[in-house]
Amino acid sequence: MAENGVLHPERVLTLDTMNPNVKRVEYAVRGPIVQRAVQIEKELKEGVKKPFTEVLRANIGDCHAMGQRPITFLRQVLALCTYPELLEDNKFPEDAKSRARRFLAACGGGSIGSYSMSQGIELVRQDVARYIERRDGIPSNPDNIYLSSGASDAITTMLKLLISGEGATRTGVMISKPQYPLYSAALADLGAVQINYYLDESKNWSMDASELRRSLAEAKKHCTPRAICVINPGNPTGQVQSRQCIEDVIRFAAEENLFLMADEVYQDNIYAEGCEFNSFKKVLFEMGPKYSNKVELASFHSTSKCYMGECGFRGGYMELINLDPDVKVQLTKLVSVRLCPPVTGQALLDLVVNPPQPDEPSYPTYKKERAAVLAALADKAKMTEEIFNKVPGMSCNTVQGAMYAFPRIELPQKAIEAAKEKGQAPDMFYCMTLLEEKGICLVPGSGFGQREGTFHFRMTILPPTETLKVVLEKVEEFHRKFTEQYS
Amino acid sequence: MSLLRDVSPRLWSIRSSEQVALAKRAAQITTELQQGVKKPYKNVIDVSWGDPHRGGLKPLTFVRQVVATCLYPSLLNSEALPVDVQQRAKSLLGQCDGGSVGSYTTTRGIPKIVQSVSEFISQRDGGVQSSPENIFITSGSQRSLMMVLKLFVQSEGFTQTGVLTPVPSYPYFNMALSALGGTMVPYHLCEEQGWKLKVEELRRALHVARGHCNPMALYVINPGNPTGHVQSRKSIEDVIRFAAEEKLFLLADEVYQDSVHDPSCEFVSYKKVLFEMGPPYSNSVELASLNSISKGYFGESGFRGGYVEFVNLDPTVVGYVYTWFSLDTCSAVLGQITLDIMAHPPEAGDPSYPTFSEEIRSIKDTLASNVHRVQDVLGDLPGISCQPIKGGMFAFPQLHLPPCVVQQAKEAGMKPDVLYSSLLLEETGLSVGAGCEHGQREGTHHIRLCIATPEDNMEDVLNRLSTFHLRFMSRLS
Repeated sequence: MAENGVLHPERVLTLDTMNPNVKRVEYAVRGPIVQRAVQIEKELKEGVKKPFTEVLRANIGDCHAMGQRPITFLRQVLALCTYPELLEDNKFPEDAKSRARRFLAACGGGSIGSYSMSQGIELVRQDVARYIERRDGIPSNPDNIYLSSGASDAITTMLKLLISGEGATRTGVMISKPQYPLYSAALADLGAVQINYYLDESKNWSMDASELRRSLAEAKKHCTPRAICVINPGNPTGQVQSRQCIEDVIRFAAEENLFLMADEVYQDNIYAEGCEFNSFKKVLFEMGPKYSNKVELASFHSTSKCYMGECGFRGGYMELINLDPDVKVQLTKLVSVRLCPPVTGQALLDLVVNPPQPDEPSYPTYKKERAAVLAALADKAKMTEEIFNKVPGMSCNTVQGAMYAFPRIELPQKAIEAAKEKGQAPDMFYCMTLLEEKGICLVPGSGFGQREGTFHFRMTILPPTETLKVVLEKVEEFHRKFTEQYS
Repeated sequence: MSLLRDVSPRLWSIRSSEQVALAKRAAQITTELQQGVKKPYKNVIDVSWGDPHRGGLKPLTFVRQVVATCLYPSLLNSEALPVDVQQRAKSLLGQCDGGSVGSYTTTRGIPKIVQSVSEFISQRDGGVQSSPENIFITSGSQRSLMMVLKLFVQSEGFTQTGVLTPVPSYPYFNMALSALGGTMVPYHLCEEQGWKLKVEELRRALHVARGHCNPMALYVINPGNPTGHVQSRKSIEDVIRFAAEEKLFLLADEVYQDSVHDPSCEFVSYKKVLFEMGPPYSNSVELASLNSISKGYFGESGFRGGYVEFVNLDPTVVGYVYTWFSLDTCSAVLGQITLDIMAHPPEAGDPSYPTFSEEIRSIKDTLASNVHRVQDVLGDLPGISCQPIKGGMFAFPQLHLPPCVVQQAKEAGMKPDVLYSSLLLEETGLSVGAGCEHGQREGTHHIRLCIATPEDNMEDVLNRLSTFHLRFMSRLS
């Protein structure tokens, strides 16, 4: 290969020698549309004239980036842990100080900068277990809890354990369509077979046992299905699964001998009336020993979502139910390879599962802030659904929970052809055009998966209400114009 | 029987750490002491981890003040904090989306911090150009290693990827390589010559490896872990030349670059030497160099921060590398902030400078003093010898164990240095690392001690070790 007329010997790392699994990885949330948005922002800064003055980012579930304020108590305790001299400062409340002291006592050398055990600080795991018990009314063993660097870290760890075999015995993992693209990326990276089960758009994106069975039967022909992943509340779809659906999935997993992975990071983000969060673990145990003694379950949670929105801390955990003790040994060995999750994330998680109590000084502020965040999200969820459903050619299921709207868009045939010419998926073409014309960054449904011939986009409901209104109006305008243009 | 019994055989192959068992026992003993169980010592001293804070060294004030202020921006108005702390925090918060450290950052890391890091690297290397485009901030060097290895290590297909790995080495690297399905191609460092890296040994190792695996990379640790060896410029040139001749991707783990104790030694980066060698090396040898906030003067292992700089990556793979790194979404933001301070610390004239430079000097002095004490004490003990500790954070002395001990260990089903470490722990409360964790020549035995600890603690460590060692050796005679 020659460059500038100088001969270079061939590199060690080339497209041919690169790990083929790495090549297969795609991650829509950070994909081409976001890269174009970044470019446009750069151009705006350089003074390039555009039909808008700023890019409105509604592509990633990042609450603070969109103006959501952190919870005061959480940040106070973290600051105290980081710079313990502040324990002498009387501007900090006593309950924050006592939490900081308690946490630091559990750190090596009394410093938040020490490595922790790979499974996570025991004190935190005990607190997480107590949180789970309070939430579900079912005992939880700290030994079955593994702290992680965000939920993604724990999810990929479990997938690593599950994936083996070759050809017909290659592990298949069931994941919803649509799904959060971390799953498809991780499955591609690990060389697993992705088994898609459709969520039912006509029934507010609920899971359907017969669809699970159909998808599994199809998959068995070419791989060995070993696990099923469920995201509840859903991303990108926002549905909160009914208790009945959860029972159906558990029964299905039990019958078909599948490991159940329950991604529950949005468990506090429940907005629609009549919806309530039921953890997979709780439902499993309430179904009695026939299931609770048998079904192997991993449930995941994180500090990135809910009312905290602390994505940058990389805090999270998983709880394992009915894991074979020998496999647990392997798991413990596997997590030790990555040393430990960020200790600041562990500290944050500890506060989330052990928040101010009614008799503590920080309680009123904490309660108010938390309620305000969740109420604002609920309002925005409703507003988004209402506005989108008024637009001809758009239909949006109720945003029951999580942080996103995933409306369906009808695209004229001419637009589909124009997209084809550009070599883009039609909804990517739609979103790219929206970005160029209105400066709004959304992620096309093709990045999440959807039924053939349907198109969607995912938009976060995170921007402040006034900004969100503007975004919704602009999207509406754009949709009308786009539809007209390509009729 | 669990579904997961079908767990990937590759994972079963990750060697179980006997260190974990020792660590568990150390924790147990601490509990027993707390419960009032009588022992010949009052506490457990743990120098088995490469963790300065756990060892008792203090964090740098400026770092903690800036991070605390970023966490809780109300502190921006506090008179208790120096002006430069407030300025730095304000500037960093301004670069965070929504002004919060709770936001995700872009894949590579906060752009201004990546820029800072590239300037730091360039300055360190006497002006050699460094571009933010080639840098990724990660959640620590272990994460960097795993991400980089994943790029080319394949376990499927005809030939398993091999990586030339030093013996002794950093055990977590070996575990990561195993977990990815790669195979270690061991090359022995020369203990008698201060753990020198010899190219003939690299050649021998590579020759043996070819034919049963596909060697693609060469992993070097400089300054060495656990050896404390600091490579000379000539040694680095030889390694680079070897990598070029044999077509190997160079992985340079340079996390201990700030820890050089011997004034006659100097850390020089692989990148700098590569560039100074000129073409064809400088524009063809592929290199990934790693650094971290966990070591050196910062010791912020719990924050999880580091970076990898790529040199001479094939342009066609760059896009894939970017997508690959974006799967993590981003690295821990507090780690990124700490890295910014490492890349761009307080300067003379800044209000925090006196304290900052004093704290650094104090850590430097402590380490230098510890190195002397360790070498003095171990030099006087029979049956134990230690190569000069030129850099790094550890002492890795060799135990000259008589055959009866080796036999005893065999009967107990333990490695001899694990047996030694276990007895040391039980009898004196001192927890060290067993040499077998790091790899060593057949028939040799070592222990690893972290020397990043206050001087009085180091004295305690050496007291316990020498007391035990003398007793142990005399029991055998």
